[in-house]
Amino acid sequence: MSAGATVARRNTLGRALLYAVLAVFAILYLMPLYVMLVTSFKPLEEIHQGNMLALPDTWTFAPWREAWGSACIGLECSGVHGYFFNSIKIVVPAVLISGLLGAFNGYVLTKWRFRGHKIVFGLILFSCFIPFQIILLPMARVLGILHIANSTTGLVLVHIVYGIGFTTLFFRNFYESFPDELVRAAKLDGAGFFTIFFRILLPASVPIIVVTIIWQFTNVWNDFLFGVSFTSGDSAPITVALNNLVNSSTGVKAYNVNMAAAMVAAVPTLIVYILAGKYFLRGLMSGSVKG
Amino acid sequence: MSTPPSLRGGARERLQHWLPRLVLSPSFVLVLFFVYGFILWTTYISFSNSGMLPDYTWAGTRQWSRLWSSWTWGIALHNIWVFGLLYIVTCTALGLLLAILLDQRIRAEGALRTIYLYPMALSFIVTGTAWQWFLNPGLGLERTMHSLGWESFSFNWLIDANMAIYTVVIAAVWQATGFIMAMFLAGLRGIDGEMIKAAQIDGAPTWKIYGRIIIPQLRPVFLSAIVVLAHLAIKSFDLIVAMTGGGPGNATAVPATFMYSYAFSRNEMGIAAASAVFMLAVIAALIIPYLYSELRESRS
Repeated sequence: MSAGATVARRNTLGRALLYAVLAVFAILYLMPLYVMLVTSFKPLEEIHQGNMLALPDTWTFAPWREAWGSACIGLECSGVHGYFFNSIKIVVPAVLISGLLGAFNGYVLTKWRFRGHKIVFGLILFSCFIPFQIILLPMARVLGILHIANSTTGLVLVHIVYGIGFTTLFFRNFYESFPDELVRAAKLDGAGFFTIFFRILLPASVPIIVVTIIWQFTNVWNDFLFGVSFTSGDSAPITVALNNLVNSSTGVKAYNVNMAAAMVAAVPTLIVYILAGKYFLRGLMSGSVKG
Repeated sequence: MSTPPSLRGGARERLQHWLPRLVLSPSFVLVLFFVYGFILWTTYISFSNSGMLPDYTWAGTRQWSRLWSSWTWGIALHNIWVFGLLYIVTCTALGLLLAILLDQRIRAEGALRTIYLYPMALSFIVTGTAWQWFLNPGLGLERTMHSLGWESFSFNWLIDANMAIYTVVIAAVWQATGFIMAMFLAGLRGIDGEMIKAAQIDGAPTWKIYGRIIIPQLRPVFLSAIVVLAHLAIKSFDLIVAMTGGGPGNATAVPATFMYSYAFSRNEMGIAAASAVFMLAVIAALIIPYLYSELRESRS
């Protein structure tokens, strides 16, 4: 039952006002995305003459082509496509490995409890919330020692390590409400640790797997701090490349190309959000409200 | 056990006993080393002579007093205070307002929720790029207003040292409000309708029902929202880099950008470490009591 539904009364003028206010906010929220999109399809002259909100007089895909394949980032003039693939190379292993570790951790911390399991969980959980500035300096050194500084491999390691906290949290909270009786019965039947996990828990875990993948995907794809601290040049992820493209001070600013590049960086997470918004929200909520 | 288990069974049992811990241990070791080991290392560095390279000679509080006498650090602290306060208050107020409005049996609720929440899926760098363009003093909003006939309209906050931090607040609020709205909406849906009905029978006006009954029941949501927002605010880095680069000058420096520039461009490891430890201390003071109470509640 919603509080509003109980309070709401029929009042035509009030309802009209309510919808008007909500619509105004919706327009305000969509405006930046709209402006980005129309700007990315305008020739530069039109941007310098015209109204930011107007639709393009002449539509052009040139800014997108340039952003993808030929815009200059630093000294390299081959667009953002290489960095886009860097991000994919980072995201896929980081999400899979941190997700798998989180699933095992959640399983152990709920169904195979040992003395001190609470303190172990607390220590892992706190790692979700540290400001990453505290680990930048030693991590830069460790990546150097391991010879994976300035590489996508290094970033994979970083994202796995600092992703474990959230993935463990998600799976622990999910398995917490999974009936213990089923696990106990399986144990009595002689099923072992892995059998129970793969045969009983994992098949029931689809929702939390989706939440975890979406959460980790969004976080890793959108990361900037680790990317800018531990990579430069060719191995940078898309967010770093976008920032370098937009905030380099050389030459005439090609706003249309910048906006096209920003859209390229935004599209993967936007698609995930549109396809699976429910799971995205669930991840956000359980990342903030512990259970 | 009456009969001793066979040797084979014993080994198996022992394995089953240790297996869970064995499976957990890689993660735990990683966290111990990369989180707590690194925290200790950085903390030690903040009390050392480290500059461009780590130097493990003890220097007492030298780096800390250098940090505290730094002009830029003063600006960064002032900015994070202004930014954090405005960000938390605006997001909470706006999020609550949108949640209450959406909770009135709105026909297109799902679509509206999707619209309010989508910025949360974007990278801060994308948000910063978009808003930098949107608020561009020459070509953005200002030009648009002029071409719509409002000739005297002027908006140059982005390049005004006194106002630039507020542009970051605007973009950050745009990004996070939908999330706070979703939290409040979930809270509103969980409120018991009985008291509201009773108040209605007594003839209480709607605003009074909200002020006296509904909003007070949302206290836990307020707490969560404020903790989440404060935590996001203290960590904010990407958005500022993308929108203002910490400028004009140092006008929009915050602790996170300060730490980054001292660590990677100025090669002042000691000061950078001290600023990072300070950030951690503030967040720990905020998060640990919160986690503690949340976890304890869920147990009971």
